[in-house]
Amino acid sequence: MPILTEDRRTGTVPPPPFKPSGGRGDDGSPDSGSSSFPIPKGQLGVWILLTAIIMLFAGLSSAYIVLRGVPAWQNIELPWLLWPNTTILLLSSVAIDISRRAVRRGDLQSMKRWLASGGILGVAFLVGQLAAWRQLVNAGVYLPSTLQSGFFYILTGLHGLHLLGGVIALGLVLAKALKNRLTAFNYEPLKLCAMYWHVMDALWVYLFLLLLLS
Amino acid sequence: MSELHAADHAHHEMGFLHKYVFSTDHKIIGIQYLITAMAMAVVGGLLSMLMRYQLAWPQGVSPIMAKIFPVAYNGGLMEPGFYISLVTMHGTIMVFFLFTAVLLGGFGNFLIPLQIGARDMAFPFLNALSYWIFLLSCIVIFSALFVTSGAPMGGWTAYAPLSAVPAAAPGQATGMTLWITAIALFSVSGLMGGLNYITTILTMRTRGMSMMRLPLATWSLLVTSILGLLAFPVLLGAGLLLMFDRMGGTSFFVPAGIIMNQMPIDHSGGHPLLWQHLFWFFGHPEVYIVVLPAMGMASDILSAFCRKPIFSYRMMVYSMVAIAVLSFVVWGHHMFVSGMNPFLGSVFTLTTLLIAVPSAIKTFNWLGTVWGARIRFTPAALFALGFVSMFVSGGLSGVFLGTSAADIQLQDTYFVVAHFHLVMAIAPLFAAFAGIYFWFPKMFGRFMNPTLGKIHFWFTFIGAYCVFFPMHVIGIGGQMRRIYDPTQYMFLQPQQPVNVFISISAFVLGSAQLIFLFNFFFSIFGGRVAERNPWHATTLEWIAPTPPGHGNFGEELPTVHRWPFDYSVPGEREDFVPQTVPATVTAQH
Repeated sequence: MPILTEDRRTGTVPPPPFKPSGGRGDDGSPDSGSSSFPIPKGQLGVWILLTAIIMLFAGLSSAYIVLRGVPAWQNIELPWLLWPNTTILLLSSVAIDISRRAVRRGDLQSMKRWLASGGILGVAFLVGQLAAWRQLVNAGVYLPSTLQSGFFYILTGLHGLHLLGGVIALGLVLAKALKNRLTAFNYEPLKLCAMYWHVMDALWVYLFLLLLLS
Repeated sequence: MSELHAADHAHHEMGFLHKYVFSTDHKIIGIQYLITAMAMAVVGGLLSMLMRYQLAWPQGVSPIMAKIFPVAYNGGLMEPGFYISLVTMHGTIMVFFLFTAVLLGGFGNFLIPLQIGARDMAFPFLNALSYWIFLLSCIVIFSALFVTSGAPMGGWTAYAPLSAVPAAAPGQATGMTLWITAIALFSVSGLMGGLNYITTILTMRTRGMSMMRLPLATWSLLVTSILGLLAFPVLLGAGLLLMFDRMGGTSFFVPAGIIMNQMPIDHSGGHPLLWQHLFWFFGHPEVYIVVLPAMGMASDILSAFCRKPIFSYRMMVYSMVAIAVLSFVVWGHHMFVSGMNPFLGSVFTLTTLLIAVPSAIKTFNWLGTVWGARIRFTPAALFALGFVSMFVSGGLSGVFLGTSAADIQLQDTYFVVAHFHLVMAIAPLFAAFAGIYFWFPKMFGRFMNPTLGKIHFWFTFIGAYCVFFPMHVIGIGGQMRRIYDPTQYMFLQPQQPVNVFISISAFVLGSAQLIFLFNFFFSIFGGRVAERNPWHATTLEWIAPTPPGHGNFGEELPTVHRWPFDYSVPGEREDFVPQTVPATVTAQH
């Protein structure tokens, strides 16, 4: 007579049916565990990293909003270069997404082309941000000039560093692509890179609005 | 990232350096964290001994100390500034570099892959990097003790504007800069670890290991990692702003028109309370980053030695999640006297007291687990029981402090010191000891000496209560925290004998830890050899060989068929059923 101790102890159902290992589109390794979690570990890792980055900027934004209320707050005139820079960054996101769609179709040539142009646009954005800093410096606005100028340099600088990380990652993905190691069935690195890039893009739009609307 | 393949690494030999120093194996990294944190604990503990010596005999001239620390003990008497540095360094080292490191870094690394049935962490290289950045942060904070201008003096909370202006005090110059650097490095290392833990627990569980079959230690580490992931970046951001205030000339935390050391400070427009908000938004979750893993480990250990399933597993999990969520909306209770709106104070009182509900659920569940059990009183069991005792003792005073009206009276007294030491230092310390005695055989393949362990327990248990219980009384009597010489105040003089008693108890408590250190290091090489499952426990780490090899589980990963608490199941031949035993097979015994 079978005694289902499991049921009696916990009131839970018997163990779930086993899934055949492998073939989960994960990382292909047979030992990567058989948990039924729907997101592969690379993607989850990037999402966790992005959560940490978002919390960093959330903390800084809350400081920004609190200090906006103090009497000494003074707005600075934002450099006009930020507008073209924002456009460039948005275009780079578009390029990277076109590249992602291309690899899904199996159009590797187009994937490489658009990936490279996305990277070039990203570098152009970073150079543009430095030029925007230059504009501010020429206008006599430095880091300690006002509270907002301090935030401006810190927020744009931190965002720039995070995007620089994205550019480096994109460079590595591009190197992989040029060695023809990305295919329509295995383009996980490109997917992760695109995810990170889009969030950095959205983060910039948010920061720009935060700086603009105070 | 190096993917691990069982076939590759089962048989290949590695050099000593690669195997034990620059390893990416989660077990080695866990032990590295454990031993580094123990070294930091020795430093932090010695600092507290100096503080207790000063508080008991503030006028006593000590020629020996004058020889060892000629600057800090000018003429044999401790400099007041040095005492504040001791407060700062003791707090910082213990909170970050002992408790967070040992519970999250040490046990987190060692236990997670073993308990979920994985071969290693999701990102082993990142894991190793996390340890090396942690070690770097330890070196940076340790070096702050030896700079000529003195160690930082801002307290472990580094309140602005004193922390934002290098001229505020000698220790606030280079010392404070090193403090911020160390904390920033520590945050980065913690984030790398947390990223690994969450990914590993969610995606690498072995077959059959559903979330509701995870041991409570792993559950607590998952919840804690999520807390760290949300809290540490805010500290990092605040530290960045603080650094710019100190070095970049900005004024985020420094208001206009302040004068320090008779010097007007050239800053304008900042908001010192902003630092407190940002710090405590991190700082309160940090308390639970330390306490939650302690709770999870104690739950598993209590269950194993009571030979009973944990009382209400599901509520244990849900209450942990509830504590984690609530911990983000209570930070204001550290700031009741900062001039906040009394209505806001009431809101923070309400949210703070709400935490008592899940905490009480956990406490009653532990009592329910222990109730009527034939407990095996090993050192691990004793320390797990000690954890519950300390947590309750410290938690009850939290109800007083969480109520804004009472807190206004008690804040910045030794009542607070007693409260937070019991609840977030001594309680996690007991859980960490329990964890070490419990998992030591799995880590090193040998037992720690149980007799020495029991002696260690009784000295520590009685010692901790003798140190921290009287502090409630002298706190209500009005003794301020961070005070350098209580005898300077007429109204504190009558209770000076209590200070002497506390200090003597503290020396006994501190010396008792030498028994532990001896036992730990001696047993690594000379302890009795342990078998695979010495405690007859049910979780997966006890199915792995002792000590587990690279890859943990040999050729094939285990398959899980049941929850982790099948102790004393009626109708079974043995009083435990490992998680890998299928339900129907056991019935045929």
